[in-house]
Amino acid sequence: MSDNPARTTTAPPLPDGLVAVVKKDCPTCVLVMPVLNDLARRARATVITQDDPSFPATAEWVIHDAELELSWHHDIETVPTLLKVKDGQPTERIVGWNRTEWESFTGLDDLGADLPDWRPGCGSLSVDPTLSDQLAVKFSGSAMKSRRVEIAALEDVSESMFDRGWSDGLPLVPPTEARVMRMLAGTTRAPDDLVAVVPPDLVECTVEKVAVNAVMAGCRPDYLPVVITALEAACTDEFNMHGLLATTMPVGPVIIVNGPIRQRIGMNSGINVLGQGNRANSTIGRALQLVIRNVGGGRPGGVDRATHGSPAKYGLCFPEDEEGSPWDSLAENRGFTNGESTVTLFPGESPRIIVDQISRSPESLTRHLALALRSNISPKLAMMFDSILVLSPEHMARYRDAGWNRERFNQEIGEMLKLSGDELVRGAGGIEEGLPEMFAGNPVPKFRPGGLLVVHAGGGAGLFSSIIAGWVNGNTGTDPVTREIKP
Amino acid sequence: MTTVLDPTGELTPQTRQRVPRPKSLYGLTVGLLDISKPRGDVFLDRVEAKLIGLGAKVNRYRKPTFAKPAPVDLRHEIASQCDAVIEALAD
Repeated sequence: MSDNPARTTTAPPLPDGLVAVVKKDCPTCVLVMPVLNDLARRARATVITQDDPSFPATAEWVIHDAELELSWHHDIETVPTLLKVKDGQPTERIVGWNRTEWESFTGLDDLGADLPDWRPGCGSLSVDPTLSDQLAVKFSGSAMKSRRVEIAALEDVSESMFDRGWSDGLPLVPPTEARVMRMLAGTTRAPDDLVAVVPPDLVECTVEKVAVNAVMAGCRPDYLPVVITALEAACTDEFNMHGLLATTMPVGPVIIVNGPIRQRIGMNSGINVLGQGNRANSTIGRALQLVIRNVGGGRPGGVDRATHGSPAKYGLCFPEDEEGSPWDSLAENRGFTNGESTVTLFPGESPRIIVDQISRSPESLTRHLALALRSNISPKLAMMFDSILVLSPEHMARYRDAGWNRERFNQEIGEMLKLSGDELVRGAGGIEEGLPEMFAGNPVPKFRPGGLLVVHAGGGAGLFSSIIAGWVNGNTGTDPVTREIKP
Repeated sequence: MTTVLDPTGELTPQTRQRVPRPKSLYGLTVGLLDISKPRGDVFLDRVEAKLIGLGAKVNRYRKPTFAKPAPVDLRHEIASQCDAVIEALAD
């Protein structure tokens, strides 16, 4: 807790010298009562009692920590705890009863000669699960500024949050002060730090508001820096979150995570990587979408005009399997080092599969992937829409075996994705949709340069890859954005 | 009782008085904003002709792209040059 920037108070001083923290409702503390008396007499020790003010005695060397303020601030987890205190601050501590340890700690002989040699301690009242949240809120000097919403005892908290319109349709974790404080411990940034101006209402969003929504989404505190960076990336001019939200197309911010943070927070880049079941994968993207909804005011039927939407809009976030890939990672390809953790935001819809269980040569597989990618968004449209291609380990093995690197792959698939303008123009193939007539007679690339983002992820078995289609790219729409995740 | 923190932007919208609705468009300047969707101009040409028929003067504006909000300068230009605005969304 001491690293929590939301905690602004300093610990009240303890009496200098030897200090024992005890409670009567602990058999070990009761057992060592004669030793405490002995220490008070021989070493002028002070005893801090958590529950009964007359335990172990009513005396000036016994302090009643009725509010548990001393115990909470000095991180007492076990009683008895024996402390050496200098200038009001503990310098050393031991817990439980162990005669040899107590004698060596105090420098006194013959402590508790009639007692057993060793007994474990009990939990401190200050970490009692029924009290710890309130204590954290009470003593942390919370710097959180959000309005406090009181939900009455007879109200169902979960229903009440649905009723207030905070939910994306799934249950939320109630953002209590204690939970938000724990969430804020996941970043070194101060709660009132500005993260971004969030569309569509253009609201200044602080670290605290991101934390509140991350709690609701189900994030753990160590995911918070990823959510913060994703929000920063989403709220840039290049990413154009307003347009992405407002579009009738079924797209939302898709987050790809690279670098060491993937393992640190336990993300899944293997089996079912784009599906359910991993907390970090499932909640980080959701947290970003909840910030857009709650802070930015972006809601379906309001500024969000999606015709169909897609399951990806609940929040799609996944890491690349860098370790299993023979290629540089997506982030390295976009100018970052493999020691840096990053998020890449892409305006994407839900993934769909390409099956190829037969190709054994890279040429055959690439040709097939290219054929499938021709239908990205529409087989009659080209250049305006980017795409992510998620290569599975078994498909990547074709390129590893053949010694193709990312550049070779891009070059080969680029050639195979040069389409005939004659087949794409309006009216061609008996289909009125298509490119303007000016493209007739010339080859047209399916993707603009850099418009196909290739990522390696998925389970070890399965000769499939996945496509995540984008929406309008470039100055008129969205460019993918990669940002380094800072703690 | 459970106390939770408000996850919203906690905006307090300003209440502003609406400009009175004009009794007639005769002699007024009406702004038409083309958001740059294909064939939006076809629709707006018809609207313009109808408005001119009602005796209004029409100013035409165009957003650089339908995919992004209108630039602040453009919104200011419309507000300062027109007496009335017809607001509409594409699609």
